[in-house]
Amino acid sequence: MALTPKEIEAKTEQLKAFIAEHKDVDGPLMPIMQEAQNLFGYLSLDTQELIADSLGIPVTDVYGVATFYAQFSLKPKGDNVVSVCTGTACYVKGAQAVLDKVVEILGIAPGETTDDGKFTIQETRCLGCCGLAPVMTINETVYGRLTPADIKGILEKYQ
Amino acid sequence: MYRAHVLICAGTGCTSSGSAQVREALKKELEAKGLTDEVKVVMTGCFGLCALGPIMIVYPEGSFYARVTADEIPEIVEEHLLKGRPVERLIYNDPVAGSTEPANSLNDTAFYRSQRRVALRNCGVIDPENIDEYIARRGYEALYRCLCEKTPQEVIDTVLASGLRGRGGAGFPTGRKWQFATAPAPKKYVVCNADEGDPGAFMDRSVLEGDPHAVIEAMAIAGYAIGADEGYIYVRAEYPIAVKRLGIAIKQAREYGLLGKDIFGTGFNFDIQLRLGAGAFVCGEETALLTSIEGNRGEPRPRPPFPAVKGLFGKPTVINNVETYANVAQIILNGPEWFASMGTEKSKGTKVFALGGKIIHTGLVEIPMGTPLRTIIEEIGGGIPNGKKFKAAQTGGPSGGCIPASLIDTPVDYDNLIAIGSMMGSGGLIVMDEDNCMVDIAKFFLEFTVSESCGKCAPCRIGTRRMLDILTRITEGKGEEGDIEKLIELGNEIKATALCGLGQTAPNPVLSTIRYFRDEYEAHIKEKRCPAGACKALAKITIDPEKCKGCSLCSKKCPVGAISGEIKKPFVIDQSKCIKCGVCLATCKFGAISKK
Repeated sequence: MALTPKEIEAKTEQLKAFIAEHKDVDGPLMPIMQEAQNLFGYLSLDTQELIADSLGIPVTDVYGVATFYAQFSLKPKGDNVVSVCTGTACYVKGAQAVLDKVVEILGIAPGETTDDGKFTIQETRCLGCCGLAPVMTINETVYGRLTPADIKGILEKYQ
Repeated sequence: MYRAHVLICAGTGCTSSGSAQVREALKKELEAKGLTDEVKVVMTGCFGLCALGPIMIVYPEGSFYARVTADEIPEIVEEHLLKGRPVERLIYNDPVAGSTEPANSLNDTAFYRSQRRVALRNCGVIDPENIDEYIARRGYEALYRCLCEKTPQEVIDTVLASGLRGRGGAGFPTGRKWQFATAPAPKKYVVCNADEGDPGAFMDRSVLEGDPHAVIEAMAIAGYAIGADEGYIYVRAEYPIAVKRLGIAIKQAREYGLLGKDIFGTGFNFDIQLRLGAGAFVCGEETALLTSIEGNRGEPRPRPPFPAVKGLFGKPTVINNVETYANVAQIILNGPEWFASMGTEKSKGTKVFALGGKIIHTGLVEIPMGTPLRTIIEEIGGGIPNGKKFKAAQTGGPSGGCIPASLIDTPVDYDNLIAIGSMMGSGGLIVMDEDNCMVDIAKFFLEFTVSESCGKCAPCRIGTRRMLDILTRITEGKGEEGDIEKLIELGNEIKATALCGLGQTAPNPVLSTIRYFRDEYEAHIKEKRCPAGACKALAKITIDPEKCKGCSLCSKKCPVGAISGEIKKPFVIDQSKCIKCGVCLATCKFGAISKK
């Protein structure tokens, strides 16, 4: 999901407006970073510097928070984010075999993005729909009660 | 007036299995049949039986439709809602209760009859996005009674007398926590810990999705009791539905004057802000959570000082878990004696558990404290699927331990679980059968804590990693004599020296599996064998010559050509070539191939 320079400019303005509105609340850093992550899909060094300058804090503080929490990404993600739940309920019902199959088909490790920018694989913490275990989501769509044999057909829909 | 109400679950479980599509189909069909003035559709929170989702209940009959699909809607509308004939074929029948008849009343089913719903009383009953429905179920009456009829100290005394203990895991008495925060101070906070991070636990999410006002009301009551005017709810970003409903609920409460300035004209001010987590398990630890709200890396702080003395932004703070708050208004309304009449001597009330893993009725249950584990698994949970044997139940997530089959009659409460080496935790209950390897499960939890350790203290950062190294070796068949003793020694050291709850409890899954399944560890180490056949590196796939018909199907499917033999004679697997992928297992029609 590469953004055009024009889109980046527009989103930067949106972020600046959000910062102006929220910089005086107690503990403003996380909500602002979450908004930036939503807008851009990741936190570039430019974005982190913008946030740091606006709040008058060192950029290391922003970077420290960005690297602490799993939700923040320093690299852009693929068009389709494949998240395999590796919570306990899914694990005891075979999530590892499902994840192995996704890795085998896409040829990348969890946390990586394919060269064509189409897919990112991530292991996700419990999604809380344990009744459907093992579960995987692609973007917002949930696929439940999976077996490794289901994976190929599901991924083909997103090729 | 509507003559029928259709309740559809809009919790995460049923939404994932397609309840939104069912609702759309129903709306369309009702419009087509001109029934929109007669039949009301209500989107509710979780009913609990997530394994059978999407779930739909039609009142006044109370007919329970399970695994509804959009295709079935026209038939249900035509037959049931128009002609008054419930579609029995699609109604859940409950084999566990010994009946093949469709269940007439939900309360008669094996899943519901031993349950007692206090924290979940409104889940699956009301529309969580409509404050009027909450108020109609005596919502905000408890807040009114506290503000107008009780002093702050009387509120605390009531909570103390009820015996309510924290439902987040540690079980600290809630009333005492509130009492600690009563010393006068110019600014105080009330915080709700909704950062439910234990994998396989979704109690808090269901409360937030199904009954968000119960939490808001209780936070306001806590604010009145300790003299705070501001609250924060810190909720996982992975729970988008809960975040949305909380936002709606806070807005509605403000519009009704139930949050904000001068509530009920008493001069009491209280308002709540939402904060989203960002995917860090350690933030479920209370001091780390407060640090995170302040906008920092969510690292825990040493206690004392406790949050009740020096908490959020350095101010006295009461922090409780979602389920704890969900009990508070009921205690005020029904009295502490009522609450204390449920449960055991030291664990009062009920507890919500998220049942998951190898169990038929995956879902959410609320039971009186002290209910035997056997009732939860065999009756409510419906037992183990596929005729397998129950091996162990895991409670307390990465902080807890495994309860073996021999202790299945243990009454579940805080103290009993601690005594047998596990813990209540927040309420995840994962059931495992004979195919699950306990060493592998211990390794799974340790991988989790290693990746979630914040790195601030050495025992947790380095110690858990060394334990994981040893466990990985064992599961790969490279275990050595003395490994078990090393794990125990290291585990006990970490428990004694780690800074926060995450590290102090991280060794529990390992220590408890060693305690009850030491023979499995020994089989891995001494015999290089995984009794459950789960550890890939140790698994050995063999063909039973008695059962093999020599059809050759397996040898054709084997990706590495490890299987050979003559047609109509038993085939054999060359262990040096076998990669243990299991393809042959799935191929054999005669059950001749097994993995051990």
